[in-house]
Amino acid sequence: METIDLTKSSLRDLNEILQRQSEITNQKQWEVINPKGAHAVAVGLNAPLELSIKGSTGYYCGGMNQKANIKVYGSVGPGVCENMMSGCVTIEGDASQYAGATGQGGLLVIKGNAASRCGISMKGINIVVHGNIGHMSAFMAQSGNLVVLGDAGDALGDSLYEARLFVRGNVKSLGADCVEKEMRPEHLNILQDLLNRSNANADAKEFKRYGSARSLYNFDIDNAGDY
Amino acid sequence: MCGIVGLFLKDKSLELTLGEMLTQMLITMSDRGPDSAGIAIYKNPKNSFTKVTVQSSQPQIDFENIKIELDSLFNQNLEIMIIDTHAIITIETEYLNSIKEILATSFPNLRIMSIGDSIEIYKEVGLPETVANRFDISKMSGSHGIGHTRMATESAVTTMGAHPFSTGNDQCLVHNGSLSNHNSLRRKLRKEGIECETDNDTEVAAAFLTYKMNEGYNLGDALKAGITELDGFYTFLVGTKNGFGVLRDPIACKPAVLAETEQYVAFGSEYRALVNLPNIDSAKVWEPEPATVYFWEH
Repeated sequence: METIDLTKSSLRDLNEILQRQSEITNQKQWEVINPKGAHAVAVGLNAPLELSIKGSTGYYCGGMNQKANIKVYGSVGPGVCENMMSGCVTIEGDASQYAGATGQGGLLVIKGNAASRCGISMKGINIVVHGNIGHMSAFMAQSGNLVVLGDAGDALGDSLYEARLFVRGNVKSLGADCVEKEMRPEHLNILQDLLNRSNANADAKEFKRYGSARSLYNFDIDNAGDY
Repeated sequence: MCGIVGLFLKDKSLELTLGEMLTQMLITMSDRGPDSAGIAIYKNPKNSFTKVTVQSSQPQIDFENIKIELDSLFNQNLEIMIIDTHAIITIETEYLNSIKEILATSFPNLRIMSIGDSIEIYKEVGLPETVANRFDISKMSGSHGIGHTRMATESAVTTMGAHPFSTGNDQCLVHNGSLSNHNSLRRKLRKEGIECETDNDTEVAAAFLTYKMNEGYNLGDALKAGITELDGFYTFLVGTKNGFGVLRDPIACKPAVLAETEQYVAFGSEYRALVNLPNIDSAKVWEPEPATVYFWEH
């Protein structure tokens, strides 16, 4: 286990040394202490490292992650795992706004709550939130799965493309073109697998599925007056 | 962008270190607002006395002349403390209107930063650390205070464009965001007898809250009225003689973090600003909900 203390090393040094690890490195176990809310901690990792961050971080923690398994023992600021490609990032606390934005792959688990715009424009990432999510979540989400064990805020899934949204609690309101959909066996399988992988003690049958009504896909002349 | 910090102390034993804690918080937020900075600090209210904080761009000349003129008129009932470009005039409240008149007629270049029982406002153009050092904020004690680091968007980088803004006794406001209906609201408020001194959008928000509180609203209700009347992006932190309030617009894209322990309530635009506060690791830390009013009072 290598430990990097952010009161002694610079953020640039931390990210450089983590990014330098190769696919076949023997040094897989890493720990970051004293992050003290710093931005851009552990961004751009591209090797299968096991990284623990002991404390809360600022903006963009774990951004663009590939292959690494990152655990944050604290809360994270805005834009955690922005554009994540693969790997797994687990947040023990809460996440601020736009968690997992534009993420293309991998699994983001938030054990607490996520604020507004969670999963905005997600493109294949899987996000599991054990608590609640804020307003405008999954806005223009394109693919992937957003799983929420608690409640969702206003305008869930506004202008949604093909992402699947699973919510166990209440949805305050659905956004434009987002509708509740039938939960078929294949959805139950996908959902239960994600719940198991994110250590969520929940049964897929308790959830509702939401998705795109696909009525915004093509321009409708009747709506011309609305623009 | 802009950065906001604030500290409301519940535990009186921390009052001596208020300035030190706020200064550290403010400097941490320099990246969010390097062009100007300001602090409002609530301290030492004295029965039947009022404090007027004034600022001058030629303090040596102006403050000397003020001393001479006011001393000859008020003699024993007045105290003037000069701190860099600012001076705190403490006067028996019954003479407040005469002082205001003298300042307006004899010293038109002086800017009044704040008036109140306990509020003092210090603000200038420059890096937050430089501004805080000029006024020796870290040595100040007090019951609560708010600070702002500015990255100007809606009006010029000037001392008067810096935050906090005070438009009513012991009231002040700092803002991260931008308002889009400030011109029309400024005109409306003028009709109601509330004047704004600058082109700044934030000053209009401060004036709006003053207007509502003059009408009898408490801070919480005045902030609630703001949700419908103020159009734009905002995270506000507001100070009054006894309290401290937070409001975010319904879209809430401007960041905000609150932390509460038995000793204090702290606000930061980012968690980074709070990391050196006492017992922060065991504090309740959360993001204020959109369009929801939070306030604490002594």
